[in-house]
Amino acid sequence: MSLHVLSAGLLTTVQDLGRSGHQHEGVTPGGAMDPVALRIANLLVGNAEGDAGLEITLAGPRLRVDAPSLVAIAGARLSPSIDGVPIPEWHSILVPAGAVISFGAAASGCRAYLAVAGGVDVPTVLGGRGTDLRARFGGVHGRALREGDVAPVGAQSALAARIAAGIAAGSAGAARWGVGPSMIPAYSRDPAVRVLLGAHAEAIGSAARAALGSEPFRIAADSDRMGYRLDGPQVESESFDAGVVASEPVVFGTIQVPPGGRPIVLMADRQTTGGYPVYAHVISVDLPLLAQLRPGDRLRFRETSLKEAHRLYLARERAIVRLRAAIAERVA
Amino acid sequence: MHTEPLGDRAVLIRLGDPADDGTRRRARAAHAQLKRNLVPGVIEIVPAAATIAVFYDPAISPYATVSNAVAALLTDLDAAPLESPRTVEVPVVYGGEHGPDLQYVAERSGLTIEEAARLHASGQYEVEMIGFAPGFGYLRGLDPRLTMPRHESPRTAVPAGSVGIGGSRTGVYPLESPGGWRIIGRTPLVLFDPARDPAALLTVGDRVTFRPITAAEFHELERAAQ
Repeated sequence: MSLHVLSAGLLTTVQDLGRSGHQHEGVTPGGAMDPVALRIANLLVGNAEGDAGLEITLAGPRLRVDAPSLVAIAGARLSPSIDGVPIPEWHSILVPAGAVISFGAAASGCRAYLAVAGGVDVPTVLGGRGTDLRARFGGVHGRALREGDVAPVGAQSALAARIAAGIAAGSAGAARWGVGPSMIPAYSRDPAVRVLLGAHAEAIGSAARAALGSEPFRIAADSDRMGYRLDGPQVESESFDAGVVASEPVVFGTIQVPPGGRPIVLMADRQTTGGYPVYAHVISVDLPLLAQLRPGDRLRFRETSLKEAHRLYLARERAIVRLRAAIAERVA
Repeated sequence: MHTEPLGDRAVLIRLGDPADDGTRRRARAAHAQLKRNLVPGVIEIVPAAATIAVFYDPAISPYATVSNAVAALLTDLDAAPLESPRTVEVPVVYGGEHGPDLQYVAERSGLTIEEAARLHASGQYEVEMIGFAPGFGYLRGLDPRLTMPRHESPRTAVPAGSVGIGGSRTGVYPLESPGGWRIIGRTPLVLFDPARDPAALLTVGDRVTFRPITAAEFHELERAAQ
C-alpha cells in the first residue's frame, strides 16, 4: 500500500524517532520534533513506537491512500478530514481504499504526526528512516514531500488488523478508539518550559541567567527544525572571548547564548556540537511543548532539578507502556 | 576528569583544556575505553576535543549509575591502551576556481599564492573534533600565519570537498552547505557517504596531511570516485 501525495503542504517529511549511534560522525539524530505524538499515533495503529510516519507542519498535505488502511493523527490540531469528513486527532481511524486525507485550518499547535499501520517503509539510512534535510538523505530522497511523491507503507501488524476489525465491528462509539486527555502533553501557546541548568549558567552572569529564567521570549520567524531563535530581552553572556567557548556536544533542547543577544534553543535537527555558551537544557518531557510552538508564540523557562526531570520522564514512559498494554487488551 | 549532567539524558565528561596535547590524548583513550566496555543504559557516546557526551536512557539507569560506571572505567587514562592514530592523506587542488579565497589568504599572510598553498600543504594536522556537519573534521595544526577571519556573510553554497580555513582551524566541507570559511582548494575525496560504513572518513584523533594535485588530476580522481 502507498500514500500518494496530491499536494505536499508547507513542510511534510518522513520522520521516526531519530538515528542513534552516528553523532560521533557529525550526524544529527533528527527524528520527530514531538516524539510523544508520533509514538502515540504509532501505538494507535498497531505499529512499533519508532516506526516512521509523516511530520506535518501547519499547512497539511493532501494524501490518497490506495488500499484500506488504519491511520492516526496526533500532535497539533490541523483540522484533518477523510474525503472531506472531519476526523478526531489521537484516535485510530479506518480509511477506505482511494480515500483522501487532507487538512484545513491550523487550529492549534505546529506539528501533527500521521501514522499509518505498517509504517512509512522507506529505506533505512544510518539506522533511521527520518529525513535529514540538511545532509539530504533519508525519508523520501532526503527532502520534504512533493506533489507526485509516492510513500510506500509496510505490511500492517496483526494487532493493527485486530484494531481495524474492532472498529469495523463498531458497536461502541468512536471515543473507544482514542486516547484520553491525560496522555496528551500540556501543549500551550505560552508554556513555562522546565530546564536543567547547563555548563555556563553561572559564567554567563547573573543578569543573563535571571533574564533567561524569568522573562518571556517569542519564537522568531527564522526558527526551524535545527533550532528556534528567541526574540525578547537581549541576553548577552558576560565573560567569554567573542562569546564563544570550546565546542562541546549539545542535545535537543540545549539553550545557547550566542553573541548578538538572541538565545537559541537547539531542536531535533541540531548540529552535534556547539561553541556558544550553554545556559540550560529543556527537560525531555517538555520537548513536545517546544515542538508545538509557532513563530510568534511565547515561552518562559523555569529551572528545575535532574531528580524532577527524571521523575517526570519515568512517569511519562510508564503511561506509554500502560497505553500500549491497554490497546492490546482492548482487541485481544 | 569530572562528570556533569548534560540535560536529563546524557552525562558530559570533562577532561581538561583541549589545547593541551596530553588532555586530548586522554580524551581519545577515554573514548576508546568507553567503547570497549558496556555500561547498562548507555545508548551512544559522542567525543569532542576534550569532552565526551554519554547518552543514556533514564528508564534503564539513573544518572548516578552511569556517571559512577564511567568514572570507574576512566581511572588511569595515561596508562589506558590507545591505538596509534592513522594518517589520512587528502589530495587537494589549490586555488583557481576551486579555491576562490586563496588570493585573499595569500595577501593577508604576506605570501605568494604558491607559498600559501605550500604552507597549508606542509602542515601536520590532527582531527580535533567532528561536528558542524556530517563528516566535518576540525583540524588543528594550522600554521599561525594562515589564521584567517571568517567571511562576514557566509557563502550560501560551498561545494562538497572544499578545503577551508576558519580562524585557527582548517577543514574540508564534506557536503555542499552554506559556509563562512575561506575556501582555498578542493578535494575529490568523499569525506561523508551515508551509504558507506563508516559513513564519515575522518575520526577524532586522526592525523591528516594534504597533497597538492593539479586541476587535471582533480577531475580524473573525481570521475573515478563516481
